[in-house]
Amino acid sequence: MSKLEVLPQKLRDEFTELATHYPLKSSALIPALHRCQEELGGWLTPDILEACAEFFGLEPVEVFGVASFYPMFKLRPVGKHLVSVCHNIACNLRGAEEILAAACQAAGAKPGHVSPDGRFTVERVECQGACTAAPMLVLDGVFHENLTPDQVGTLLGSVK
Amino acid sequence: MTRETYLLSRTALPNSHTLDVYRAHGGYRALEKILKGGYTPAQVIQLVKDSGLRGRGGAGFSTGLKWSFMPDPAKDPRPRYLAVNADESEPGTCKDRVLMEKDPHGLVEGVLIACFAMRVQAAYIYVRGEYRLPHDRVAAAVAEARKAGLVGKNILGTDFSCEIFMHKGAGAYICGEETGLMESLEGKRGHPRPKPPFPAGFGLWGQPTTVNNVETLQNVPFVIDRGPDWFKTMGTPKSPGNVLVGISGHVERPGVYEVPLGLSARTLLEEYAGGIWKGRKLKAWIPGGSSTGLLPASAIDVKMDHDGLREAGSMLGTVSMIFLDETACTVRAMKVISRFYDHESCGQCSQCREGTQWLAQIFARLEHGQGRMEDIELLSSLANGMAPAKTICALADAAAIPTHAIVKNFRAELEAHVTHKGCPLADAHAPHELEEAHA
Repeated sequence: MSKLEVLPQKLRDEFTELATHYPLKSSALIPALHRCQEELGGWLTPDILEACAEFFGLEPVEVFGVASFYPMFKLRPVGKHLVSVCHNIACNLRGAEEILAAACQAAGAKPGHVSPDGRFTVERVECQGACTAAPMLVLDGVFHENLTPDQVGTLLGSVK
Repeated sequence: MTRETYLLSRTALPNSHTLDVYRAHGGYRALEKILKGGYTPAQVIQLVKDSGLRGRGGAGFSTGLKWSFMPDPAKDPRPRYLAVNADESEPGTCKDRVLMEKDPHGLVEGVLIACFAMRVQAAYIYVRGEYRLPHDRVAAAVAEARKAGLVGKNILGTDFSCEIFMHKGAGAYICGEETGLMESLEGKRGHPRPKPPFPAGFGLWGQPTTVNNVETLQNVPFVIDRGPDWFKTMGTPKSPGNVLVGISGHVERPGVYEVPLGLSARTLLEEYAGGIWKGRKLKAWIPGGSSTGLLPASAIDVKMDHDGLREAGSMLGTVSMIFLDETACTVRAMKVISRFYDHESCGQCSQCREGTQWLAQIFARLEHGQGRMEDIELLSSLANGMAPAKTICALADAAAIPTHAIVKNFRAELEAHVTHKGCPLADAHAPHELEEAHA
């Protein structure tokens, strides 16, 4: 049974255009998975992965293998807002663990978990390339740098 | 002392990311010079060779020489590609991001000149997925340039045509390794390929390919516009030109600074970054990104160039310096760094897959009080089993080198963690770390 209808027509049109950027259609898979995650609820359900496999002429297992390789692709449900706290060396030296603790407290979630109200997922992430503005976190794709724990509470309180 | 700068010369201007501002400050002059001045691709490669420009992605290989490895299209008519490595992810490194955000047309012009020189008709800019703003800025610059007739068919009315495509990664450090990057660009897991074959013969989709770093390409328009002799007035004879240095950690003024190679590490720390913060003393520092290992404070007068750091038993890497003050713990730093390499190993080579995991576990148990004296020899023995050159790519080396460095330079601190049954500096640390869910 075709899974393609999981992908809205708008996305399928985008993927058709994306595929023209590459000599092989399936090379557009990773950008396409990004678009699915952005448009279809923040994480990649098995149905989405199977639909992408069908669209790009791949086996579902190949698409699962790619999606699970890359940390930015989420294969489990996430909160409405994704809070990614860098815990690598430059941030660690300037208080990343305190930033993480503040984010967990403000979100009401442990690292790697969705908050009970479904609003936040807080996660530890590796270096984001903001070492000279450490510590930092990423809120829904936007970098917030040179943070103090107090600012984290305000920041997370400001989103709905 | 005033030192000439050029890479960051436009970045403080309002709207430096737009075509108008770029053009008003010399932008696309180099491209016009080669397209309208009758330069041949071979002449452009020769200029880049003559300048002595070396790659700014970490390996420091001659850019002109790399370009010359691409086969002659008369003998090898296959499609050919340029892949731009904008997957900056070595901890400590955040220089390419500054260029992409503030001077994206500089990258576009560098890409176009590189494609002209190597007779490439399609370039892919592989930007790490987390870099949303840098990606969007470069994408907007490509679109602006296309509208102005600078990208696409018959550029500036000549017979030179070149397409530039944006491509987003998805959070894997290994995709900064050039063959891992190519696999990822093809839509697969970022598993590095054994070399040979080298990318110039068998790269993207099996075709001739060159992979260049962002900062390397941003140097190219300046080299063409102002000439190799000007370029060689900066830096050292073996490493001419300026480089972007990221300075992070326990310093007063962390930042990305443009400097000539060959200054002392002390000059960079004190003159540029304002010294160690809070009036504290320097304890340890990393010269070129997390894979280059911790050096003791006594090495601070080392000359920051390829040879100077090799003599000090380290590497220039991405020239990303991370400083630790006297309250910091080197074992804790290695716990964080080894955890990173464990997380990022692609898993193909057993030495790396298993070795990085063991290193991360041992540094964690030393830091948390379960370490044994034998662990120190075990760290060395594991690192010896992982590198040098025992695996497909250098990720295992990147984990092994800082391991050797801490055993050599901070052995007493490792031993103190065993005898003290944990970190003797623990009181200075953050609250107990929250464990990540593995459900």
